[in-house]
Amino acid sequence: MRLDVQEQIISIIAREAVLEPGEVTPDMTLDELGLDSLGLVEMIFAIEEAFDISVPFNANEPTQTDFDTSSVGAIVRAVERMICGEPREALA
Amino acid sequence: MRRVVITGAGTVNALGADVASTLTAMANGVCGLTPLTFPDADRLQIGIGGQVHGFEAAAHFERGKLPLLDPFAQFALVAGRQAMAQAGMTQIPGDPTRWGAIMGTAGGGNSTINDAFKTVFEDGKNRVHPFTVPRLMNNAAASHLSMEWGLQGPSFAVATACASSNHAIGLAFQMIRSGMADGMLTGGSDSMLNFGGLKAWEGLRVMSKTGCRPFAKSRDGMVQGEGAGVFVLETLEHATARGAEILAEIIGFSMSSDAGDIVMPSADGAARAMIGAMGDGGVSPDQVGYINAHGTATAANDRTECAAIRSALGGAADHVMVSSTKAMHGHCIGGTGAVELLACIMALRDGVIAPTIGYDLADPECNLDVVPNTARDAKVDVVLSNAFAFGGMNAVLALRRFG
Repeated sequence: MRLDVQEQIISIIAREAVLEPGEVTPDMTLDELGLDSLGLVEMIFAIEEAFDISVPFNANEPTQTDFDTSSVGAIVRAVERMICGEPREALA
Repeated sequence: MRRVVITGAGTVNALGADVASTLTAMANGVCGLTPLTFPDADRLQIGIGGQVHGFEAAAHFERGKLPLLDPFAQFALVAGRQAMAQAGMTQIPGDPTRWGAIMGTAGGGNSTINDAFKTVFEDGKNRVHPFTVPRLMNNAAASHLSMEWGLQGPSFAVATACASSNHAIGLAFQMIRSGMADGMLTGGSDSMLNFGGLKAWEGLRVMSKTGCRPFAKSRDGMVQGEGAGVFVLETLEHATARGAEILAEIIGFSMSSDAGDIVMPSADGAARAMIGAMGDGGVSPDQVGYINAHGTATAANDRTECAAIRSALGGAADHVMVSSTKAMHGHCIGGTGAVELLACIMALRDGVIAPTIGYDLADPECNLDVVPNTARDAKVDVVLSNAFAFGGMNAVLALRRFG
């Protein structure tokens, strides 16, 4: 499952960053990928659509959430936790 | 006061993807109204419209930019690029804080609203695309024009339904003339040819199922179009200094309000706007050679507009040529005045008067020279462009041939 999630998320991020999936690695930050704030909300929307989840994220306080966007790998782990059915409260 | 000229024009509409093809179609009396092709069109009672076909958004915009652009903004940006190219500019000449974008629109991102409502109501989803708001806002076209060309002066959107373009162009004209700005990208854009957009129009029961026949006895309503027109306006002094080709001079503008009915037009309000535009431009009725009519082909508009023209021009109304190009490109709502200004430029510059096509039977209540069915060669010096909106808001531009 992990590889599948990671592949899908990298594919989404690559699309938003206008890069090839092969150019996106788990250690990269969104800054390094050149994703601006609009690109970030578009990426989150695409992740929500792809995994049928609801990501708690407010662009006014992007760090005040358990949905860690500090790197590509962190986003993969956050999505994995959400789709594994961890209680919503733990993430809010 | 400073003189204001048009040095660039661009358009996307049902008749053509640029000014040259649009003017050729107008001169040839081509009808751009076709069967509607968009999702759920089969559930509409109205099956025809002036739809823009063959517009490949991906060919005009980067992949990353496209999610931010409703069709009404796409049309405006493409028309803006054409206008800038014709004006011979790759960037704004001079101080960018003295240039702006004023764009008319009635529906704004109506297609985005339609899609978002469908997503949450019909598809039952609980989220919409994150750019739904920046796409649908009425100032999106003006904003994207300002961003694309670095226009840092006054920019805003004007919403006066079917008169939006004329109000926008008129305000741009006034701002340059008065010295508030040195140049403007201005015009209008709308795209309401989607299921929800047209369903709303159907409700009013003013739409024709058979075709748009302005001023004809057989007319039975308006046909909706879509598209944009964008113009480069600058001072005569500046245009001359940089050796620009001048398409026409804008000499007058006037606005009036009927203060009467929310949908029924008034001859008095329309006449006051025409008289005001002639007065502002310092011309008399007998100098006006052509009027690009609002001419929606509704029973009420055309009858009222003809009465207004007689009232405003007096005896000169017997000689003036009047046509409505809506029969060819449809009623582009907030963008329509901008598309129709192209017919005014063609009249002044090329001496070709666009016809009123679909004219099959004379109406005694519209007994003006409506240039029926076939374009006419005629030298005209001054033209008026009429726009009369739902809500009783009227805006008339006066233009003069340059050189």
